Amino acid sequence: MRRQRQLDVPLLAVAALLTGLGVAMVYSAGQTDSPSALVAGAWRRQLAFASVALVVAVAVRRASVRMIEWISPPLYAFSLVLLLVVLVFGTGTGTAASVKGWLTIGGQRLGQPAELAKLATVLMLAQVLAARREVPRALVELWRPLLVVGVPWVLVMAQPDLGTGIAFIGMCFAMLYWSGVPPWMLLMLASPGISLLLAFSTGLWGGWFVALAGLLFVWRRPIGEAVAVLAANVAMGGVAPVLWDALKPYQRQRLLVFLDPGLEPGAAGYQVAQSKVAIGSGGLLGKGFTLGSQKRLGYLPERHTDFIFSVVGEELGLLGVAVALTLFLAVLLRIVRVATRASEPFAGLVAIGIGAIWLVHIVVNVGMTLGLMPVTGIPLPFISYGPSFLLVSWLAVGLLLRLSADGRGQADAIGL
Amino acid sequence: MAVHPNVLLRRARLVRAVLGAAFAAIGLAFFQAQVLQNAAYVRQAESNRLREVPLPAARAVITDRHGEVVAENLPGYTVSLLTPSADSLRSALRTVAEVVPLDSAQREAVVRRFRRSPTRPAVVFNDAAFAVVSALEERRAGIPGLIIQSAPKRFYPDGPAMAAVLGYTSEISEQQLLEPRYEGYKAGQQVGRTGLELQYEERLHGQEGRRFVEVDARNRVIRDDGVRAEELPRSPEPLRTNLDLDLQRFIHGYFGDSLRGAVVAMEPATGAVLALYSAPSYDINRFIGGMPRGEYDSLRTAPHDPLFNRALKGNYAPASTWKLATAVLGLEMGLVTMDTRMPQRCTGGYYYGRVFKCWDKEGHGDITLAEAIAKSCDVYFYQLGLRIGLTNLLAGGVRLGFSQRSGVDLPLESRPIWPEAVSYFDRRYGPRGWNRSVVLSLSIGQANNAQTPLTMARFYSALATDGMAATPQVVARPVERTRILNLTPEQLAGVQAALADVVSRGTAAGAQVQGLTIAGKTGTAQNPPYKDNAWFVGYAPADQPRIVVSIIIEEGLHGSTAARVATRIMERYLKARLTMGAVPTD
Repeated sequence: MRRQRQLDVPLLAVAALLTGLGVAMVYSAGQTDSPSALVAGAWRRQLAFASVALVVAVAVRRASVRMIEWISPPLYAFSLVLLLVVLVFGTGTGTAASVKGWLTIGGQRLGQPAELAKLATVLMLAQVLAARREVPRALVELWRPLLVVGVPWVLVMAQPDLGTGIAFIGMCFAMLYWSGVPPWMLLMLASPGISLLLAFSTGLWGGWFVALAGLLFVWRRPIGEAVAVLAANVAMGGVAPVLWDALKPYQRQRLLVFLDPGLEPGAAGYQVAQSKVAIGSGGLLGKGFTLGSQKRLGYLPERHTDFIFSVVGEELGLLGVAVALTLFLAVLLRIVRVATRASEPFAGLVAIGIGAIWLVHIVVNVGMTLGLMPVTGIPLPFISYGPSFLLVSWLAVGLLLRLSADGRGQADAIGL
Repeated sequence: MAVHPNVLLRRARLVRAVLGAAFAAIGLAFFQAQVLQNAAYVRQAESNRLREVPLPAARAVITDRHGEVVAENLPGYTVSLLTPSADSLRSALRTVAEVVPLDSAQREAVVRRFRRSPTRPAVVFNDAAFAVVSALEERRAGIPGLIIQSAPKRFYPDGPAMAAVLGYTSEISEQQLLEPRYEGYKAGQQVGRTGLELQYEERLHGQEGRRFVEVDARNRVIRDDGVRAEELPRSPEPLRTNLDLDLQRFIHGYFGDSLRGAVVAMEPATGAVLALYSAPSYDINRFIGGMPRGEYDSLRTAPHDPLFNRALKGNYAPASTWKLATAVLGLEMGLVTMDTRMPQRCTGGYYYGRVFKCWDKEGHGDITLAEAIAKSCDVYFYQLGLRIGLTNLLAGGVRLGFSQRSGVDLPLESRPIWPEAVSYFDRRYGPRGWNRSVVLSLSIGQANNAQTPLTMARFYSALATDGMAATPQVVARPVERTRILNLTPEQLAGVQAALADVVSRGTAAGAQVQGLTIAGKTGTAQNPPYKDNAWFVGYAPADQPRIVVSIIIEEGLHGSTAARVATRIMERYLKARLTMGAVPTD
């Protein structure tokens, strides 16, 4: 019992530090020369919800792992229902104004079901994977976990919310890997996606296709599976370009903008350009807290939500960026530690799943501010303004604290 | 799956490696943007938030030869709007129009200026009245992007007296902006439109300064000063001209509202233009800051066309003032001396296919060339012209400069009319449409001969000196003189004596001035259906000429009228110089 009360102080501290940084940056985002009442007051709401989130995390920490396992299927089912509902009644916001991602009742935005769905899917997938007794020998054996991820993924992509879709994929691969699915099988699973990415060049795709065929032979895959994988690759890499050519220019443009809203010159392209200017002009030490000129004069779009990291870059400089990134890295390394020390597979998988989702969020969001990633409108954990997202993040922190407390205390290379 | 702990540790190592690589990549990307490319992004951020507001420079002051100011700058106000798009400009203009009068045509003109240079504040009023400025200042908060700043405004203290020579300034036109001469000029700037202001635009134009204002993403001005050090405008040194303001004023006063015509006064030895005047005149100050179309139209359609610069563009038949050219050609060819008499005495007319009348019906009798000049006898010059012959007369006229512009440093000078060769008549009237008797009319300054006061002044500058004509110069340059008269000193002295006789006892005898010997020649040009134009071209003092005056008075009836005005002008100049010389100036 004593060990169960043990608190993972570093994890809690780093998460709290990030949340504090977030509140500070949301406050700064509201400090502009032509103030907007909504943004200026956002930091108070963020602070209020941070305290609520802390209570939620403490409450979740008190639950047992069994109870969490027990609640996973109904939570998963509930989140699927919400995703369906939001497809019909959803509304958009921010950089993703055309995305039906928000659940709105009576004009009041309650939150994004996709955020809850991510956590629910992690729990559900962890349960399914943990129930396995043996290492899978063929791709077909992965149909159950793939179905668990695939259903919410399709619903999310239908919104269409590319960012969350990427998060699902990242989470899926990370958890499959952690559950012991061999890397070559993951490569086979990923191969159609790689084909699609390489489809722009016939030579590159051809090389990849030959290499894949060779690998399938070396790995001595059953003929049926090999044919299926190669067929999927031909479909994605060989047929897609042909279909692409058959499309009319405006249809292509629509698809491209769907995949990468940054291509739309007016809105997202401008946002990224201004964000790069803000970050680049911040320099080594930044322009000073609340003093960023790009932000103050309203050039930075969505400065309190999706582009809040640009405010960090402009006002706190490379130093602030390094501190923020270090805190994020610390959280993620701590999660790896929790997963490694977990007393049972379910717990480790949940930790890895949460970590993978946060990693995708961080990489995509931060990369977006420098134009390295498409503008997909996914928020930065702990930092971006958004009460429901903050709640879900701290729900996850609560889970992690619970799992950490149940860990066996196994020796680890890194003491984080 | 039962998993050995070591397997988990191996997986954890890979996961940590992936995390490390991902964060290192992101960190490097930020290092590149914030440290390596920092300077470029700082520049972009600056150009994002800073807008340049031009500080108009004052044009150079223009002075007369004594340093008296003839064109200067007064403090004025310009009103402009700094907006990101034509649409926002239109909406701002609608707001402005609620406060001060601004019709839709004016608003469209502002939008056109904006389109020319979208990054500059679009000028709404070039020269805003104080009432407009204070009304707008009160409503400043409601008009985003409103910029009111002081701007020097051109002022001509003696506008009506100086109109013909100074010209005026106005906003650069869209067409001018495309010309190579105005490369680097921006919409809304002032440029010289005519006269000296146009001729010496490059010399007079100031170098615009700039200040910076900070604008937000919607182009609203957030901070007005101290954002970045401003660059002050620079204006050039004053431009000193050869003009004599006192003389210009005197001429303007003399012409008043009743006389029409033009005057050019210059130094015969240097070509320095002392005065250049065209009547009726107008106040060039009315053009500054943009003249309302109605006012401009009324000026354009005013009686006798004040906008027509008679000194520069007025081509008038030179009449008897041109007889000196005929005389010079006869002397040069050795056909006559000052004492030569013609075979046929003047009885008031001369028969050559038909009767060619002398202006004096009574006739001048048997007279010498010197007397013919003094009395302006037409019959004498008919016969001299016939001796010279049409071909020689035309070629001689060309050599004396009657087919060329005077070369004055003012824009848009008209080219005089002079047939350069016999083929001119064939072209103009057809081979059978004219006959050689035209030489008679040409030799007394009629027919296809029209000269401006400037070209006549240039010709007389040669007569007044040593036979070299001086190019008129409003602004002093190295003196340009060309020998046009190939007369011996004795011949030239004879011509000069005859010209002095014109005023002492000839056609201009009524125009004598006490204490001043004046030489010159009257001219009375028929001008049907109007009354005769009066010419006088001459110089003074006759023995040592310091001023040549060329004057035309439209419908002045007789050359003696012009002579009276001309001699007053000479007197004013020479006597003022005498008194001023006594007082140490400068």
